[in-house]
Amino acid sequence: MREKPLSSNAAVPERLLELRGVVRSYGQGERQLVAVEKVDLAIQAGEFVCLLGPSGCGKSTLLRIIAGLDSATSGIVLYRGEPLLTVNPYATIVFQTFALYPWLTVLENVEVALKARRIPRPERRERALRLIDTVGLDGFESAYPREISGGMRQKVGFARAMAVEPELLCLDEPFSALDVLSAEALRGELLELWQNRRIPTRAILMVTHNIEEAVLMADRVVVMGKDPGHIVADVPVTLRHPRQRKDTAFQAWVDRIYGLVTGRRVAVAVAGAQARKKLPHAHLNALAGLVEKLLAEAGHNDLYRLSGELVLELDDLLPIVEAGELLGFVTVHEGDLILTPLGKAYAEANILARKELIAARILRLPLINWIYETLQQDNNHRVAWEYFLEKFESDFGDRAEKQLDIAIMWGRHAELFAYDDKDGELYLEG
Amino acid sequence: MRPNRFGPALPKTTPFTLGDSFILCGVAALLYVGHHLAFHAPAAISGPDVSLSPYLLPWYALLSVGRMAAAYLLSLCFSLFYGYAAARRRTARVVLMPLLDVLQSIPILSFLPVVLLSLTAIMPDYLAAELAAIILIFTSQAWNMTFSFYQSMTTIPGDLREAAAIFRFDGWTRFKTMELPFAAMGLLWNSMMSWSGGWFFLMAAEIFHIGSRDFRLPGLGSYLQTAASRGDTAAVLMGVATLVSLILLLDQLVWRPLVVWCNKFKIEMLEGEGPPTSWFYDLLGRSWLVDFVGRRVWQPFLDRVDRLETSRPSTVIIAMPGEVSGQAAFSFPFLAALGSLAVAIFYGSWQAVSLLWGVPLPVWGEVFSGLFATFLRVCAALAVALLWTVPVGVAIGTNRRLARILQPMVQVVAAIPATALFPILLLALLATPGGLNIAAITLMLMGTQWYLLFNVIAGASAIPQDLLQTTALLRLPPAERWRTLILPALFPYIITGAITASGGAWNASIVAEYVEFGGRTHSVTGIGALIARATAGNDYALLLAATLLLVVTVVVINRIFWQKLYRLAEERYRLE
Repeated sequence: MREKPLSSNAAVPERLLELRGVVRSYGQGERQLVAVEKVDLAIQAGEFVCLLGPSGCGKSTLLRIIAGLDSATSGIVLYRGEPLLTVNPYATIVFQTFALYPWLTVLENVEVALKARRIPRPERRERALRLIDTVGLDGFESAYPREISGGMRQKVGFARAMAVEPELLCLDEPFSALDVLSAEALRGELLELWQNRRIPTRAILMVTHNIEEAVLMADRVVVMGKDPGHIVADVPVTLRHPRQRKDTAFQAWVDRIYGLVTGRRVAVAVAGAQARKKLPHAHLNALAGLVEKLLAEAGHNDLYRLSGELVLELDDLLPIVEAGELLGFVTVHEGDLILTPLGKAYAEANILARKELIAARILRLPLINWIYETLQQDNNHRVAWEYFLEKFESDFGDRAEKQLDIAIMWGRHAELFAYDDKDGELYLEG
Repeated sequence: MRPNRFGPALPKTTPFTLGDSFILCGVAALLYVGHHLAFHAPAAISGPDVSLSPYLLPWYALLSVGRMAAAYLLSLCFSLFYGYAAARRRTARVVLMPLLDVLQSIPILSFLPVVLLSLTAIMPDYLAAELAAIILIFTSQAWNMTFSFYQSMTTIPGDLREAAAIFRFDGWTRFKTMELPFAAMGLLWNSMMSWSGGWFFLMAAEIFHIGSRDFRLPGLGSYLQTAASRGDTAAVLMGVATLVSLILLLDQLVWRPLVVWCNKFKIEMLEGEGPPTSWFYDLLGRSWLVDFVGRRVWQPFLDRVDRLETSRPSTVIIAMPGEVSGQAAFSFPFLAALGSLAVAIFYGSWQAVSLLWGVPLPVWGEVFSGLFATFLRVCAALAVALLWTVPVGVAIGTNRRLARILQPMVQVVAAIPATALFPILLLALLATPGGLNIAAITLMLMGTQWYLLFNVIAGASAIPQDLLQTTALLRLPPAERWRTLILPALFPYIITGAITASGGAWNASIVAEYVEFGGRTHSVTGIGALIARATAGNDYALLLAATLLLVVTVVVINRIFWQKLYRLAEERYRLE
């Protein structure tokens, strides 16, 4: 591990970055959307820290605040004890989307970063070539980004970031746009460069939503939750390198972190949904699929295994689970998903019976019920979409339109009511 | 990135804002100032003779191209500065974008006399005429390029902008490595559009009568007009042939190579199928001289510029990747300039209003009936254009073999400016009853149908194959097929084309409704005729009244009618 040689004051590692009570919000007043709420975080020299969380938890926002690309609405960002006011001169970012200039060659893409630092031409060429060599791209200097594979493009991204010798290297989901094999290869290469100190970088901060990736690479995992984005847990990963995915110790760590991510999240999400009567972003067709899969697996399955088997990100699976809970088809118990008797009846029913069951269940939801009642009381059974949106806005603000979309989608599915795009009205079915 | 629809993007604005009235006042003030200056212009001017000798044609062609090139350079610089300012500063954007929207709906030709006469008041005639022609062409080229550059600037992907910020690019590096390359494709396509617009007005700008002042510039446009007006068919044909070969030559030697070169600025990470090719580009690529100049002159020059930039102390302010905040813009000099501008505009528009006050009521009646007559002509031209371009465009767009044969031909024909053919048209039609009316509508049609045709072709070729095949499998009768698939799919493209086309048609009315031909003046009722008449007769009150009314009409039609359709097209008929 990267630790300073022992000396009298080595017990206190050097603190590079510190966030105190950082808040980032957009808009004002009623419409205010809080992306990040009161985050405290510190990064020491020698650390590889992972920010882990579902999409929309504000982890990328936090990364941008740390890099100085975005500023906090309130709170303090200190780098080496100094408040950060502009772009962080000690940090660079490796982007998920690579952010290479398509009209520059591999060499030029790396060189331009050095040129901006006013390094004279001969030196900058030499340094760029050396870094391209370091990441294993020699021979491709004159290629354009569109001519090389995704994994190679990201290598250019790394070479460019390392060229300016940042003290803090920020990685924004750097492997998630790559195919599985390239991603794994690149992870290994980055770890090797870092652990053998072949790059002068003193700390790495990586944003990811991939739990295994975090456990594989990080010394410390900071778990974030959403609505609004906040830190749920901050856990040092004490596994020794090289870490092997197949190891039971590794798997135990994955399970533990998984519990931190989902356990809290499911509880919070479901409680929140009940309290604000919010509908999860889920298609009822997908719920049908989930329920059928559970039935085929004797009524219960581990959530983590399920997301793997369904090739669904946790972000995409959880809303479906929430919908299932809302309708009473499934329950969640310690990371296990369990089919209820009602859910079993649903899974075994035919299409018509399913529709009726869904209709009966969603009418118990206050939002859907209110729309249904409103339409029934209208003489023509037609009411303008704006009317509903207005009412929704007082409850949901910015998210009103999305909520109304979901309500309409569910109403259509159950053949309760539908939306006429031409007149912009909702109307009663049947 | 090749724009898949040809035409200006509509900025999303509300029907009529305070800013608009401010801008209209500015336009009125400008017209007034021009009129005031014009009093000092010499009373009678006779231009140089335009010879019809075919040996002079190459020389005339060169002069015309020179004018076009000068105007184009001016437009390019203007687009870069204006678009950059509007994209980077929020305070600037609030004024600049609506202003651009109004500027592009102003009938350019009604500004010519004002510009020309103001210039003759302060400089020799020939220089004034040259400058006026260049300014006129500039006003026909600049707006769409500016819109394109502004749009590119505001749509640079967030990650590229963030990379520029995190790697601390200074302004010059950011412009050179990110902003300009990203905008290059759009700028190029719009430059090509601008050149065809420029030819259209060049033909009209080289001979101009204002009262007893006769301005002539030796060039292709004046050659064609003189030839037609003397009834010399052989000379007309030679002139048109020269113009066509000139346009083809420019296409082969300038535009095609540029398109090929610009292909490297595509933002898509995928290798496109069938990249454009150009024999001339390949030829240049193999040339020793080009290589030598590139290595020994161009590269050192670029390095010099870079070094000049980098020699400045490295205390560049590193801004956030977004826009520059508007705070700094409210400095004292800025406010002072803004204030004096407002005072000047107020004074000018006050004078303009008093000028308008003098316009008698019957004349206003004439202006309004003229407006209505021109409106009918514009509608007729649009209707005819739609009737033929939609079927032909769909045929070309959905049939690859047909496209291969017809597309290049259409491009050549479309490149001939309608104003160049107008004299021929007049020769043929003036003798017939209602001749000028038909000729006027035909001119509007010729100037505008191509926008529609190109858009229809683009729209038809963008209809997904699976939808076409499904429709074929369903065996829908032709009428049903058009109703359910083709027309809805084309709708956004037709609207985009029609917006540009109708704007062009209104503009063309000034050339089309009032002509001096063979020593006689012919005209029909119309707002364009009124503007042209007012110009010829030094009637500034009428010119101001007619121009303002035309501007307001075009802007209102755009905002109320076209924008509604445009939004409908974007929301409902977009094929993803």
